[in-house]
Amino acid sequence: MTIAAGSSETQTALGVQQWMGMYRQMLSIRLFEEQVNELYKRALMPGLAHLYSGEEAVAVGICEALRGDDYITSTHRGHGHCLAKGATPDRMFAELLGKEAGYCRGKGGSMHIADPKTGNLGANAIVGGSAGIATGAAFSAKQLKTGQVAVCFFGEGALGQGLFYEVMNLAQLWKLPVIYVCENNLYNEYTHYTETTAGDILARGTAFGLHAESVDGQDVRAVHATAARLVERARRGEGPALLMCKTYRYTGHHVGDISREYYRSKQEEQHWMGERDPIKLFAGWLLEQKHAEKAQLEGIYAEIETQMKKAVEFAVAAPYPGLDQVEQDIYA
Amino acid sequence: MPEAAVRELTFAQAIKEALAEEMRRDPKVCILGEDVAEAGTPFKVLSGLVEEFGTERVIDTPISEAGFTGLAVGAAMTGVRPVVDIMFGDFITLTMDQMVNQAAKVHYMSGGTWKVPMVMRTTLGAARRSAAQHSQSLHAWFSHVPGLKVVLPSTPYDAKGLLKTAIRDENPVVFFEDKMMYKLKGPVPAEEYTIPLGLADVKRVGRDITLVATSSMVQVALGAAKLLEEAGISAEVVDPRTTWPLDEKTIVESVKKTSRAIVMDEGYGRYGVAAEIAAVIAEGAFYQLDGPVKRMGAMHVPIPFSPPLEDATLPTDRTVFEAARALCSRS
Ligand SMILES: Cc1ncc(C[n+]2csc(CCOP(=O)(O)OP(=O)(O)O)c2C)c(N)n1
Repeated sequence: MTIAAGSSETQTALGVQQWMGMYRQMLSIRLFEEQVNELYKRALMPGLAHLYSGEEAVAVGICEALRGDDYITSTHRGHGHCLAKGATPDRMFAELLGKEAGYCRGKGGSMHIADPKTGNLGANAIVGGSAGIATGAAFSAKQLKTGQVAVCFFGEGALGQGLFYEVMNLAQLWKLPVIYVCENNLYNEYTHYTETTAGDILARGTAFGLHAESVDGQDVRAVHATAARLVERARRGEGPALLMCKTYRYTGHHVGDISREYYRSKQEEQHWMGERDPIKLFAGWLLEQKHAEKAQLEGIYAEIETQMKKAVEFAVAAPYPGLDQVEQDIYA
Repeated sequence: MPEAAVRELTFAQAIKEALAEEMRRDPKVCILGEDVAEAGTPFKVLSGLVEEFGTERVIDTPISEAGFTGLAVGAAMTGVRPVVDIMFGDFITLTMDQMVNQAAKVHYMSGGTWKVPMVMRTTLGAARRSAAQHSQSLHAWFSHVPGLKVVLPSTPYDAKGLLKTAIRDENPVVFFEDKMMYKLKGPVPAEEYTIPLGLADVKRVGRDITLVATSSMVQVALGAAKLLEEAGISAEVVDPRTTWPLDEKTIVESVKKTSRAIVMDEGYGRYGVAAEIAAVIAEGAFYQLDGPVKRMGAMHVPIPFSPPLEDATLPTDRTVFEAARALCSRS
């Protein structure tokens, strides 16, 4: 065996490890969300939650291209972003159940998970509300010369918010290292986006001089490759970008949205789940490339399923915050 | 006579000095706003800062109040200490979501893990003949929201000491400056000092009635107190200096002593700061009161342009004097 062949094998091996990590992460998000739905159905979860199932390739592809200390802002549909940036399921479930052990000590809930340790500036329940925060984090990175990058995840519904255009203008003027990632899952709640969104989405970025492109959001390798390019570009000081990921949410707008026929067809859902599932597509590629074997993927599934069940048990058993907490942390 | 002559500065100079000192002390402090750099704001409050600190720290923004306020929230969370400049207090409406739903919520909602150490400087006050969209005093709105702190300086001395504290605070602080006061002169020591947030100042000691007054109304209260003195009535003037945190103790103690109170604030009296402070007095000193607590603020109308109409919307030395005298002659 030549040295050259040896080193290329190492590279492939490293690559495989990374692919498998991404596969695990996507599956973790899917199985996490299945447990969330169970918690809702068993009436163990207060309130509602917006599931990320179907969109896993976006969060995982993007976050895989980020450094640990890079920043993200997330949305009401944010569990996938938080997990992909490194949050652990046990503390996430605890937060969803309003428990002290949660990431926000139970004060944030499903729509507000935040975690400084993983660079997660917080999920936001104001549609488009975090565009300023993400841009500000990029401003800090530039001002303090840290080399960090910020990613602003948002749904296509947020394209209706003016703040978004104000900060894209600022980001381009000041060449801030921020990537605006539009997760276009076709629906703003119960309304198709074409009924709310005039013109061309990417042109909304290019009008300000941003680099803008779109990518198949069901193909994690494509998302990752594109994100890596845009992130490095931003890190080099070449400015912000708008990336539109075409994707689909499998379940309702939130866990309670179970009769959806009035706004989208069963056939449409079945098409995406059957033909365009990001996990199945990626698994198919891993098998085809012989990066993994079927039994191995099944093993991973079982392992993650057990992990999620344990994490749920932890959260269910965890105590609520003491009532003295209600007036704590209003001010720093 | 004091031994050394005390240095006098205008309110605007005191603000600028506070910013310059804090920017020298901490390289992370920066200023963001419309026409803040070379122009030094339309009120010329910041003139000279860009020459010392450069355009990387005194930053002209587009006319995007929501955008640069939101950017400041994120910047504050991640290590910069921004001071945003909102030219007219009327324009805080454009920043509401970023201040109320973002800045004010981040610390609590994240279980105390993220902080937002930012300052918003803006203005309040009528009487500049600028009509209804450039004359409002909307500080009550932010005072209503847990998670924000609200500062209302009334003298150059207070402005400097309070602004320095606001910049060092780990929370979002909104700092309202009366734009009619920028030229007001007063003693400001050259030595370093700060004033804690949440500490009222008794601007004049008196026996018969307490005038609780904020910001622009402090000068009016002091003017009224002089007229009252000539009429044989001794008025105490208490300036809370911050509406949140609010120094309830100093206010209540004063009213317990004088047994009468008028609360003066240039915001709208209804559902406003004056209403809140009147309630604090009613709860804390009801049994010592000899008469009803009176609110005096802007009339409940959009501020009109026409000078005689605009002037009619505001309390004056004379109207406060009349109200106080009526209260004092009742018992
Ligand atoms: C400012 C604001 N307006 C309305 C809502 C109610 N709301 C919550 S989610 C949503 C739709 C968001 O659609 P999109 O941004 O595409 O995200 P998706 O739910 O599809 O992930 C709406 C209207 C809100 N939370 N915030």
